[in-house]
Amino acid sequence: MRAEETRNVTISVVLLALAACLPFTGNAYALTIGVTIAMYAVLATSWALFSGPTHYISLATAAFFGIGTFTTGIGIQFLPYWSLLPIAGVLGGVLAALVGLATLRLSGVYFVIFTLGLAELVRQIITWFQNMSGQKGLYVLTNITEAGIYWQLLGLGALVYLTGWLIGRSRLGFALRIIGDDEQVARHSGINTAAAKIMLFVVSGAVAAITGAILAPRYVYIEPSLAFTPMLSFQVVIMALLGGTGRLWGPLVGVIPFTFLWEAISVSFPSQTTLLLGVCFLLIVYLLPYGFVGLFQSIKQRASGVFS
Amino acid sequence: MISGTPVLSLRNTTKKFGGLVAVNELDFDVTEHQVMGLIGPNGSGKSTTLNLISGALRLTSGSISLRGNPIEHLPAQAIARRGVARTFQLVRLLPSMNVLENVKAGAVFGHRRRWGAEADHFARQVLARVGMAHQANAPISQLTYIDTKRVELARLLASEPEVLLLDEWLAGLNPTELEEGIKLIQDLRAEGRTIILVEHVMDAIRALCDVCVVMSSGVKIAQGTPEAVLSDPEVVRAYLGDEHA
Repeated sequence: MRAEETRNVTISVVLLALAACLPFTGNAYALTIGVTIAMYAVLATSWALFSGPTHYISLATAAFFGIGTFTTGIGIQFLPYWSLLPIAGVLGGVLAALVGLATLRLSGVYFVIFTLGLAELVRQIITWFQNMSGQKGLYVLTNITEAGIYWQLLGLGALVYLTGWLIGRSRLGFALRIIGDDEQVARHSGINTAAAKIMLFVVSGAVAAITGAILAPRYVYIEPSLAFTPMLSFQVVIMALLGGTGRLWGPLVGVIPFTFLWEAISVSFPSQTTLLLGVCFLLIVYLLPYGFVGLFQSIKQRASGVFS
Repeated sequence: MISGTPVLSLRNTTKKFGGLVAVNELDFDVTEHQVMGLIGPNGSGKSTTLNLISGALRLTSGSISLRGNPIEHLPAQAIARRGVARTFQLVRLLPSMNVLENVKAGAVFGHRRRWGAEADHFARQVLARVGMAHQANAPISQLTYIDTKRVELARLLASEPEVLLLDEWLAGLNPTELEEGIKLIQDLRAEGRTIILVEHVMDAIRALCDVCVVMSSGVKIAQGTPEAVLSDPEVVRAYLGDEHA
């Protein structure tokens, strides 16, 4: 077990170092794709930290992400950029805690619908506020380069992996697996199920908000319909499910192929993207219910079955 | 074995579902090292009583206390942590985990909390205690029915509870398994555990219980040794017309 952990940490560090070299290739298109992959990797991995073990499907990613972008958009006029990332994290975490307190006692479809509605609610509030103040959008003008955004996302990604790894080894991680299997058993075994779920939801909300804050300078012009697009929430769910949520590295395995697929779809079928996103979602759920992680595991099992 | 300090006390415990009174002013004490049988026809409120004690349901009125401290206001997880461990009418295990991890769930989060190697070691000890040591790494899906029951019992024992609540734990077993099951609970009784059994199997009640509380339509109609209550005319009347008569 120890040897395996050392190996995994070594592999992760090497991959991270390799990924960090991407901007030095000077290939602008590769860097653009790199930023997109890093962004979705962070979002999908942090989403899976909560939704993987608990099986609660959250569609609130866009709400947290949008709050992060607006934190940078509004805050940049008054505060230095670096202070905005922790502020975005705190705002995202607080919103997640409030939503968690209100909804995590609900389960199944009620939770899904509430989280979907949340992004829309926050968007409408900001739109209303902007209409009241007569301000339509926000300009985020900084000297942060695409490479700078990319490295920040990699750093955040490393932090998410470290957090996920530590949670997986902790009592909290074990509690979440029990909750995912049978919430009633969890409660009657002495687990404070609401607290455990809220803690993880806060982590995933804070990470999504920080991601939004990091991405804001890339968009330059921010408006609510862009920052809170529900498409983002769905894409994160699809990518995480494609990769599989049973392992920490699962979502990453889904993000990379899906980003390329999505690029191809957006270029070739620009007006049918939503339709094709839905088709992808159905195909993944039917063909790969446990994602690539599940596929690898069943192949491994079948192989060991043949040889034993 | 009848004497001793009360571990669990119910006073005027009442549960209403709308107009239906499922449990009506129920009073009883379970004392240290006692095995109490909670019996009665179907729908008499036995399982509801277990749900009230374990915090799965809230009482309408009355009180429940554990070693003199009221617990009726606490959420289920807090009651579990204070040492009330329960099984469910249909066996509930954690399907994505192996046998050892299922038992560890009790050791890690229960009444006495352990972690890491200590939790592992203790869970193995408890597994050996219920005769499942050799299956520690088996997936749940490969277990026989009686073995799933053993694992569920081991999860409870691993939390080192003050009281065990077994909800029809012997139901659905074939005659051979039933014998093994009764033997297992007899061993727990010999260890001096405090247990409340909801049970329909009369042989098991006679073999295991120090005292029985008989319920009918939510009301306690008799209390005493198994021999005494099972020959009580009112108890016989309650059961007659029922499938278990």
